[in-house]
Amino acid sequence: MPILSLITYAPLLGVAGILALRLLGKADDPKTVAASKWIALVTTLATFALSVLLVVQFSPHEAGFQFVEDAPWFGGLHYRMGVDGISVLFVLLTAFLMPLCIAASWKSIEKRVLEYMIAFLILETLVIGVFCALDIVLFYVFFEFSLVPMFLIIGIWGGQRRVYAAFKFFLYTLLGSVLMLAAILAMIGISHTSSIPALLTYHFDPAVQTWLWLAFFASFAVKMPMWPVHTWLPDAHVEAPTAGSVILAGILLKLGGYGFMRFSLPMFPAASHMFTPLIFSLSVIAVVYTSLVAFRQLDIKKLIAYSSVAHMGFVTMGIFSGNAVGEQGALFQMLSHGVISGALFLCVGVVYDRMHTREIAFYGGLVTRMPWYAATFMLFTMGNVGLPGTSGFIGEILTMTGTYGVSTWTAIVAATGVIFSAVYALSLYRRVVFGTITNPKLDGIGDLDWREVAIFAPLIAATLVLGVQPGAVFNLTQASVDHLVSAYQSAIGG
Amino acid sequence: MSFSADLGLAYPELILGIGALVLLVFGAFAPKASSLVGWGGVLVLAAAAFEAATGPFGKAFAGGLISDAGSAFAQVAILASSAVSIPLGQRWFQRRGVDNFEFPVLIVLAALGMSMMVSAGDLISLYVGVELHSLALYVLAAMHRDNAKASEAGLKYFVLGALSSGLLLYGASLVYGFAGSTVFSDIALAVHSGASTGVLFGLVFLICGLGFKVSAAPFHMWTPDVYEGAPTPVVAFFAAAPKLAAMVLFARLLGQAFGEAVGQWQQVLVALGLISVAVGAFAGLAQRNLKRLWAYSSIANVGYAIIGLSAGSAEGVQSMLIFMVLYMVDVTGFFACLAALRRQGRDMETIDDMAGLFKEQPGIALAMTAFSLSALGLPPFSGFWGKFYVFKAALDAGPLDEVAAVVGLVGSVVAAFYYLRLIKVMWFDDPKAATDTPPIEAKTIGIGLALFTFPVVLVALHWLDGSAAQAAHAFGLG
Repeated sequence: MPILSLITYAPLLGVAGILALRLLGKADDPKTVAASKWIALVTTLATFALSVLLVVQFSPHEAGFQFVEDAPWFGGLHYRMGVDGISVLFVLLTAFLMPLCIAASWKSIEKRVLEYMIAFLILETLVIGVFCALDIVLFYVFFEFSLVPMFLIIGIWGGQRRVYAAFKFFLYTLLGSVLMLAAILAMIGISHTSSIPALLTYHFDPAVQTWLWLAFFASFAVKMPMWPVHTWLPDAHVEAPTAGSVILAGILLKLGGYGFMRFSLPMFPAASHMFTPLIFSLSVIAVVYTSLVAFRQLDIKKLIAYSSVAHMGFVTMGIFSGNAVGEQGALFQMLSHGVISGALFLCVGVVYDRMHTREIAFYGGLVTRMPWYAATFMLFTMGNVGLPGTSGFIGEILTMTGTYGVSTWTAIVAATGVIFSAVYALSLYRRVVFGTITNPKLDGIGDLDWREVAIFAPLIAATLVLGVQPGAVFNLTQASVDHLVSAYQSAIGG
Repeated sequence: MSFSADLGLAYPELILGIGALVLLVFGAFAPKASSLVGWGGVLVLAAAAFEAATGPFGKAFAGGLISDAGSAFAQVAILASSAVSIPLGQRWFQRRGVDNFEFPVLIVLAALGMSMMVSAGDLISLYVGVELHSLALYVLAAMHRDNAKASEAGLKYFVLGALSSGLLLYGASLVYGFAGSTVFSDIALAVHSGASTGVLFGLVFLICGLGFKVSAAPFHMWTPDVYEGAPTPVVAFFAAAPKLAAMVLFARLLGQAFGEAVGQWQQVLVALGLISVAVGAFAGLAQRNLKRLWAYSSIANVGYAIIGLSAGSAEGVQSMLIFMVLYMVDVTGFFACLAALRRQGRDMETIDDMAGLFKEQPGIALAMTAFSLSALGLPPFSGFWGKFYVFKAALDAGPLDEVAAVVGLVGSVVAAFYYLRLIKVMWFDDPKAATDTPPIEAKTIGIGLALFTFPVVLVALHWLDGSAAQAAHAFGLG
């Protein structure tokens, strides 16, 4: 059974269902709208079930690609899918977050609901496709087209400056990825193959590697995003609807880290080694500088957006440390950040749905009216800070440990970022939740309803389980990461 | 070779020529039956396409006409594109009270000119083909004769077209003077023993003349004005097939006559391609009229095709052919959609007119989105695969083309802005007023071609890849 294609294209069945609804009834009929939400939810849940099945069947001791599907395409290209320990987790993460996004949009999206659900389902197909693709051109197709649904999600359902944010998001990312396209075409020209497994073992000339690495870097650094090309992210996050922010922070940013691990590091080891100081510098700047920027934000979403940039700094640092601890930490950090930052954006969404503002100064004293909300927000704030016991801790400590051996100063400077993150995250929490209610508009605000509880419950569980039982993840990734690291180390002669 | 064997190779051209004359006579005696003439035209084009696809290969008329895999490939694409324009345009004119049978006849004549262009084997048949198709296009542009803009477009097209024909002819005479022959294979012999300055001088004029025909910058000035003024379905026609015909002629001339001088013309083409990409991308940013916008988009896209050709290899020609065929589908489809759109009896032509189109006409808006994303070069739409082949060929061709490929790719990001703006207006904004019910034929053609850009293209590329590779080997570039 081609399970990867099944998972990838399962959301499209939901799209077909919604389109059928659209043809049968009127688009703004409340029954049609409700049915479309249910179709989207059921489809994403089914996709999640399939991806759980995938992880269960995945055999963790093999380093290579599993569940490989291969069919010749045109012009020497192949339709080739497969997962290894690195990508299988991202498939799971995507499928996990999607139903939550649909549920989070249940009430907050009022116009053009059918199109919204279609956009999300298509996005899910594309993102899962990115993680499963084993042909570099197929990868590019999925990677690049994922811009379009996100562009529409920000531009149609976003806030005040949605058009500006959507354009900025699209054009920034496009500029990065056309350079990557040039590199991909050059790689095919040199190696005469477009298969990712074959390219992983192909040795490019070091001089060529430098150029190819830079082209891939242009794309992944924007996607990640790394300082100084991160400026599209706060705009996109602020203007995107809640679920859009969740997907953006939870999954789309991970495409950058995944790209570094899948392409830059193993395919261009000499160049990666050469550019490691650059990456380390940019990473610690991201960690320290964007943490400080986050502290000065007046908008809750913008603050979390900047904190994402800081957390991604740990990821790039871990990836380019080139040792197993760092790689495991980077992978774990991405996974954990996907859950925690997604949850934080959902927390913002909860109060935004009620008050329609994200200004920090507007809030204060929510704990007296929303005790359950306060507790939930607290947990994820702690996760964001990296408190031991939450998943955020594991990723940060491992990336820093991994980096310490390679570049002590980088690790030490990055460690200050942990303190900064506590400063901005706790001060945000204090200003929004603690104190007494001074704004009379907040008097009538209600606590979480059952739908919101149902959304947060799995996220809370994931944060805590990953925090105390990270071994389950490492078990899955171990073989692939060891393979990656040993190949990298032998290539750079270390 | 006997005369009858020569004629056997020219069957597609003969069918088109005789068919056009018969239709003309029939139309003159039965002016009311213009729709019948239209279907007759489609039939003639189909018959010629069948003959082109199945006919024998070889050289006829002392090398003046070449029938090979390259000409067959291009003829089938050109004739198919022409056949689509007949129903699209004729109904459009009929609804505007211009019911004349000359429209299909002119399309068939233009198709004859184009099929001569792609099978031309010497400078004289080259010129005859170019003139025949150009004259038909001048008339088509001014066909909506009560419309001042259309007449202006026709006149502009004619004057500048005549200038470019002059350049072409001047170049041809120089080449003849220095090489001593007009036949491509003899010119190649002359070039083989060292291309003289005179021959190269002539070649530059030929390139300039053909640059006009494909509207490559800096010979593009006529394009936006003509696209804006000419009737929309006519633009759908002459933005597609004639460009392919001229590009194929370009490839044949450069490959079969000047193949040995590749080092000389490669730099000219790279410059031409890059200027076109830059002009198309930057000038397009300022356009509010969609027809002008797509004129600049076509300038940029021709630039990509020229970059592909500049690789100077069979792979490069293959990439150009695939790119052009996919681009033809794009541009025809886009203008078909545009021809379908009216609001309160007025043609919708500016970007602002498209506000909220998705709510009004979801099918057409989706189709136009697909064409825009495809022209932007976003996977998995057809335009991406065209660029994929072009840049792959260019990146294999040496340092000059590598730079061209990277600059070209960055140019596509600039152009992305105006395609996105169109999408933004259609999807994000609210409609101003209801649109009229779109005519069925334009809507069908538009949406049908949109389905080609995705997903049909993924299947079609299996075939296109192979047949374009076969065709490319006919052009004499190794």
